Amino acid sequence: MSEKWQDYKDHCKLVNPANKRKLEVIVIGTGLAGASAAAALGELGYKVKVFCFQDSPRRAHSIAAQGGINAAKNYQNDGDSVFRLFYDTIKGGDYRAREANVHRLAEVSANIIDQCVAQGVPFAREYGGMLSNRSFGGTQVQRTFYAAGQTGQQLLLGAYSALERQVALGTVKQYNRHEMLEIVKIDGKARGVIVRNLVTGKLERHFGHAVLICSGGYGNVFYLSTNAMGSNVTAAWKAHKQGAYFSNPCFTQIHPTCIPVSGDHQSKLTLMSESLRNDGRIWVPKKQNDTRKASDIPEDERDYYLERRYPAFGNLVPRDVASRAAKERCDAGYGVGSSKQAVYLDYADAYVRYGKIEAGKSGKDHATQEEIIAMGKKVVEEKYGNLFDMYAKITGENPYEVPMRIYPAVHYTMGGVWVDYELMTTVEGLYCLGEANFSDHGANRLGASALMQGLADGYFVIPYTLGNYLADDIYAKSISTDHPAFAAAEKEVSDRIEKLMSIKGKQTVESLHKRLGKIMWEKCGMARNEQGLKEAIKEIQALKKEFWSDVKIPGGINEMNPELDKANRVADFIELGELMCLDALNRNESCGGHFREESQTEDGEAKRNDEEFMYVSQWEYKGDSQWELHKEALNYEVIKPTQRNYK
Amino acid sequence: MNLTLKVWKQKNSATQGSFETYQVKNISSEMSFLEMFDVLNEQLIEEDKDPIAFDHDCREGICGMCSMYIDGRPHGPWSQNTTCQLHMRAYKDGDTIVVEPWRANAFPVLKDLIVDRQAFDRIIQAGGYISVNTGNAQDANNLPIEKAKADEAFASAACIGCGACVAACKNSSAMLFTSAKVTQLSLLPQGEPERKSRVLDMITQMDKEGFGACTNTGACEAVCPKGISISNIARLNKEYIRAGLIV
Amino acid sequence: MTWKQLFISSVGKKVVMGLTGISLVAFLLVHAGLNACIWANDDGQMFNKAAHFMGSTVITRTLEIGLFIGIILHIVQGYMLAATNKAKRSIGYNVQLGNRGSKWYSRSMALLGSLILIFLAIHLSDFFIPSRITHAGLETPKFYDGDTTAYHDMYRLMINRFQDNILAVIIYIVGCIALAYHLFHGFQSAFRSLGVHNKKYNQLLTSLGYGYTVVVILAFIMMPLSIFFGWIS
Repeated sequence: MSEKWQDYKDHCKLVNPANKRKLEVIVIGTGLAGASAAAALGELGYKVKVFCFQDSPRRAHSIAAQGGINAAKNYQNDGDSVFRLFYDTIKGGDYRAREANVHRLAEVSANIIDQCVAQGVPFAREYGGMLSNRSFGGTQVQRTFYAAGQTGQQLLLGAYSALERQVALGTVKQYNRHEMLEIVKIDGKARGVIVRNLVTGKLERHFGHAVLICSGGYGNVFYLSTNAMGSNVTAAWKAHKQGAYFSNPCFTQIHPTCIPVSGDHQSKLTLMSESLRNDGRIWVPKKQNDTRKASDIPEDERDYYLERRYPAFGNLVPRDVASRAAKERCDAGYGVGSSKQAVYLDYADAYVRYGKIEAGKSGKDHATQEEIIAMGKKVVEEKYGNLFDMYAKITGENPYEVPMRIYPAVHYTMGGVWVDYELMTTVEGLYCLGEANFSDHGANRLGASALMQGLADGYFVIPYTLGNYLADDIYAKSISTDHPAFAAAEKEVSDRIEKLMSIKGKQTVESLHKRLGKIMWEKCGMARNEQGLKEAIKEIQALKKEFWSDVKIPGGINEMNPELDKANRVADFIELGELMCLDALNRNESCGGHFREESQTEDGEAKRNDEEFMYVSQWEYKGDSQWELHKEALNYEVIKPTQRNYK
Repeated sequence: MNLTLKVWKQKNSATQGSFETYQVKNISSEMSFLEMFDVLNEQLIEEDKDPIAFDHDCREGICGMCSMYIDGRPHGPWSQNTTCQLHMRAYKDGDTIVVEPWRANAFPVLKDLIVDRQAFDRIIQAGGYISVNTGNAQDANNLPIEKAKADEAFASAACIGCGACVAACKNSSAMLFTSAKVTQLSLLPQGEPERKSRVLDMITQMDKEGFGACTNTGACEAVCPKGISISNIARLNKEYIRAGLIV
Repeated sequence: MTWKQLFISSVGKKVVMGLTGISLVAFLLVHAGLNACIWANDDGQMFNKAAHFMGSTVITRTLEIGLFIGIILHIVQGYMLAATNKAKRSIGYNVQLGNRGSKWYSRSMALLGSLILIFLAIHLSDFFIPSRITHAGLETPKFYDGDTTAYHDMYRLMINRFQDNILAVIIYIVGCIALAYHLFHGFQSAFRSLGVHNKKYNQLLTSLGYGYTVVVILAFIMMPLSIFFGWIS
């Protein structure tokens, strides 16, 4: 296992520089995976075209990642190694990821940090000038590199600058405000795309010897998520409909520390870094439907339910466990706030704890309780000030005075387009990188690992694996976009757009998307059961009919029309939603982010079923609402799966 | 609360635009400013009217896509804040709010409140990077960097490229944006080899894009959602003089 | 950076403005210092001798040429800058950011500069042109004890200009106030344009700028007032 990647690199086929110039590569998406892949391939000399729907590659949603990026550098000398990162990732993913891919990820993680520093990414540093690390997501070592609370931004800007450099050098051509709407397949191979220029509304054809989908996750299928408003599944979904298998779509990560929904108008949810759980205590009132203010509830009437249920890990249990526990309390009627869909995250104890340390340090032995709390608040402000400010901005409450209200929200999707070790989908020449693929996180992703995967795929994996494929393609001349396959694909797209515009129904895209989100959240959210999923499938099918007969899209086709863009995306989300429910229904076990109520222990913990479900589901699209399930068995050669236990 | 909105409407870059007045009702103070626009757009679509096109994406103040000039101030009345983070608590019943797009010839209006900011990409293309190919990097800790410098570089690198600085500047200058990148890279040892050409090329491109010259009024700093300091501009000036006049 | 860029690029233009601005600031200090000699209350002896010195040595005359080049560059470049900057936004805003983002005088440097230019024209025709070219009003030379040099009686010229001439006094005060606001922004801005980016230095320079401006401008304003109200004789 530990030699597999090195062996691959030593023996994969190469393309000579003169031939690289003749080979064209299309990259869809400019997040960490897309930007790094486009830049790295441009550096190698390929002719690259890169597309993003935003107004600049720098807007991709990787930019919003806060916490950090993991790497097995062992700079802290605390026992970290490639193997440990590999092991933690596999275990964190609840043994539903492919060993070889994860090992490679852990191997290249160190190179990522080197590369980013060389690009000028301003990571946090110690006074001695060395890079600083913090612990994250319940691992036992400090391996997370960070740049304040804006690590994603800094990494993306690093990849973006590398990409812009290639644009300036002429190896990469950049298309902003372009959305990919179809894959063009010729003789079974991906050979190009149809994109829509979102400014003019015109369709364009682009040829490529290979196509890379780096379009991110599909959390917006839930309508409310921490994803950006524009994040969508469309590119991945088109790939799926052209023959790429979709894997583990039901594996979604629900992040426990988000700001709760405040009303029907809400358009998106905001995440607050997981690090808040390091010092905050989570509680709800012991009395059901308690309407008292938090400060009026005495200590002995508070239920610190995580500490009660998981004495060993307490408030620091993994994301999926913390999220489910919050839902359980709220569903049982103990929720707080006006919506009753929230729990308290309380820093009162942390103020006292830090205040006492400060008082001790400064020799103030007789400090009053008020003085201690004030000193403690200062310490907390230094550590978490930006997060507290963000909370205050959104809710209008002062989190230093009243406990914060939090609730879980959809955050990341582990599932995605199936890829092999080389990141190629089941369509030849069609690749998928980053969050859009299924590969590395199994059923649950650890904190600070998404950034790592995006950059690993783009900088260090695809430059080798793509060469291995294109080496056989050097005789393939560029195909004219007048080829009938391009014409057919373009017609498909324009027919669909015309159909959408011709419906002229009564319901707005937004309202239909909201309804889809509600179905998904209620029946395919944090806890799922057979009956609910079956209902959801029916409801989604009905919603699809409604969408295609009653959607109302203003404006025209050949112009800038954000509502039409949205309709295109929501139409795909609806189809995906159905597949997610189908996958969740099929996987009658609880693992990672997927919790089937039928599969739990007596005290309500997730129960994995390795006998029956130790596989990656691979869904093959067979036509409208028709899928065929294939299974990729997971063989653990190095790590022995065990049941996770946080008690 | 009920509000009156005066919003710039423009079909596309080739046509002329004008202000339209809209009434929005029952807006809750918990809504974000953009959610208020969502409500208005839903209402407009239902009334068979043209919704208002505006740029937005992450809605958590980091992607830099949102760009509204609200009552004469980029990103609205709150300081160090983006449009998407502005909440309706900032307003009271009966208020009239005027919303305009970023105005600068280098940022042509594409539709309504959406402008084209690709000029920023081209400024970065002119030199806003360190020329290092993938796989060439030495071990990250072989290059110690003074913490104070790393922190300062980070403060400059926090720019989200929204263009509020250009929108606020009476000269439509992109100096704050350009200087933030120049400063970040000139503070770091990695940026040293291209230090001179970077600043010269980026300024040449900035001028070519049709941005104005800086006159140090400080409006950019006042409206920057990320608090990028105007000292970055002075540092850029130094870098430029150093690159050009001092051999 | 080529020499051409110095005048064409946006940063180069500002370097020119800053350099010429600082040289003008230095000149103003000398000018104020020399003029302060009127308060010696010696019937203008000290003042006339100082004025004579400025007009009679090769060094000072050469500096004078430099000063004029500086002024012209500052004016021409300033107007070009203002015009090109304005042209960068063809469609303006309905609601202005105004004082929420910057000081009014920082935004009005061209306007203030124009006022100063008008004032400068008046000022030159009042004193510089008679002194160097026409000698109007200076027909009678002034002699002092123990000195054979025939001095231009600039002191008398000045007294005549402001004595009983409230309009001239007002024009000069308005000119000086325009100059003050121009300097409030210009002083620290010049150093920024020349690359002073250290926050401590910038704060220091800003304070220094305010101090300098208040002292120099008050001195200038007091001159016509002193004459008008007969505080000096």
